[in-house]
Amino acid sequence: MSAVMITRKVTRKWEKLPGKNTFCCDGRVMMARQKGVFYLTLFLIIGTCSLFFAFECPYLAVHLSPAIPVFAVLLFVFVMAMLLRTSFSDPGVLPRALPEEANFIEMEIEAANGNVMAGQRPPPRIKNVQINNQIVKLKYCYTCKIFRPPRASHCSICDNCVDRFDHHCPWVGNCVGKRNYRYFYLFTLSLSLLTIYIFAFDIVHVVLRSVDSGFVNTIKETPGTVLEVLVCFFTLWSVVGLTGFHTYLISLNQTTNEDIKGSWSGKNRVQNPYSHKNFIKNCCEVLCGPTYPSVLDRRGLMLEDSSSPTPSDASAASTYKNGNPVSQTTKSSAPLIPNEHTPDEAKPGIGAGTQKSTSSPKEEKPPSPISPNAVAPAVIKESAH
Amino acid sequence: MISAPRTATDRTKLPYCHESFHNLQELRHSASLANKVFIQRDYTDGTVCKFQTKFPSELDSRIERTLFEDTVKTLNNYYAEAEKIGGQSYLEGCLACLTVYLIFLCIETRYEKVLKKISRYIQEQNEKVYAPRGLLITDPIERGMRVIEISVYEDRGSSGSSSGSSTTSSSGR
Repeated sequence: MSAVMITRKVTRKWEKLPGKNTFCCDGRVMMARQKGVFYLTLFLIIGTCSLFFAFECPYLAVHLSPAIPVFAVLLFVFVMAMLLRTSFSDPGVLPRALPEEANFIEMEIEAANGNVMAGQRPPPRIKNVQINNQIVKLKYCYTCKIFRPPRASHCSICDNCVDRFDHHCPWVGNCVGKRNYRYFYLFTLSLSLLTIYIFAFDIVHVVLRSVDSGFVNTIKETPGTVLEVLVCFFTLWSVVGLTGFHTYLISLNQTTNEDIKGSWSGKNRVQNPYSHKNFIKNCCEVLCGPTYPSVLDRRGLMLEDSSSPTPSDASAASTYKNGNPVSQTTKSSAPLIPNEHTPDEAKPGIGAGTQKSTSSPKEEKPPSPISPNAVAPAVIKESAH
Repeated sequence: MISAPRTATDRTKLPYCHESFHNLQELRHSASLANKVFIQRDYTDGTVCKFQTKFPSELDSRIERTLFEDTVKTLNNYYAEAEKIGGQSYLEGCLACLTVYLIFLCIETRYEKVLKKISRYIQEQNEKVYAPRGLLITDPIERGMRVIEISVYEDRGSSGSSSGSSTTSSSGR
């Protein structure tokens, strides 16, 4: 153990990560920069459920069954848990290449391209790989300086390459990728159920009460009902449609990004090499697959300088829960990630694999024939919850 | 168990070992980083984590091909085990879903368990096989699971350095 105790500020790696994410709770929480719509989502869900518990539940518990509010509470808890899990977790961000790796790839590219004549544009940086007997093109990401793995895409809102990139969802305030797709799907599914549940019991409550005391009196006694019905009505179309769309995608083992770009559709195009051609297998892989670890070491300690390598770093780094026992014996893993942080505002969602944040609710524009209601252009201004 | 040679003359008899490192500490103190070799991912089976077993030419004079291939194949097997979709992963997924994923606060996921195994394996390989040859493998998780980074070290100063002769601990543990 080194005897000298140098008091220096402990920097965790998340503070130096490039990209446009915000981190909370000392690196445990990771979100996109714009969180306004996420707060709206929270407000709508919590607000509507509070109204339901305040106005409908007492009556229904007495007149119908106490199981009704209990089930509502369970559903609500599940919805919130899935929402927070989707919003706060790392979607599967791929860290940028360190300088040596970037140089190595550059040299490989130059070797592959040969001599480019002066004045000529260099050929696009694409690698062809064969996956399950289909040729898939891997594109080079100029920001992250890597060849993107298959199904990865660069989100320009978060300025990160995300593995199995689905879309950037402003409603959850985060990208949806490999690590949090199943939570996102469960969120939309449970939210659909919750919306249908509240809507149905609102109607039941109004009917039951109106039989006793008349419709107008019912509305006077429980004004919250009107608000709930409104919110649920508009939410139903968008969220249920979205759930249906994602069920369709899961059954085909496709991402929203691939669907929108038409990667696997069309006769001359490559067929989806990732699909097991079996609905059950595809669903199982997406929803019950292994829980992938985060490869972004957010809570690891930054080794400040090489002056005195204190062993305390090794023990502290091993306490974080990412299941990533950092091998402190490798000297080469220390260098700071070049900080490509730019103070620019996020570009409005145009770019590979991103969604326009002002478009239809849940950023969805499903071109596939799932449900025309899912587009719901009339509800752009409306809550969508 | 490979035991390290204890004298300078013994060390020079090691094949592929013109640099006389025999443990990781020595590597750090008396060597300088010459080069890094990156083993890329092999995507032919899809998006599962798998690395190419093609032997890079830069390591030609440093390590035997079979040792290198063994290391990469073992790593690939570990990753395949972690990402296997079968009974256990379904059980884990369903159980986790029922407990609203709170169960992961208490237990480790299977992937995390395998990652720990991988880390121990890489540490062991570094100590036994790679450090004596002046090489060091970086755990792929520290590089975003994109590459296996192999650092190539060169002896600082003269060959057959006498600095290491005082520390004659064996490298295996």
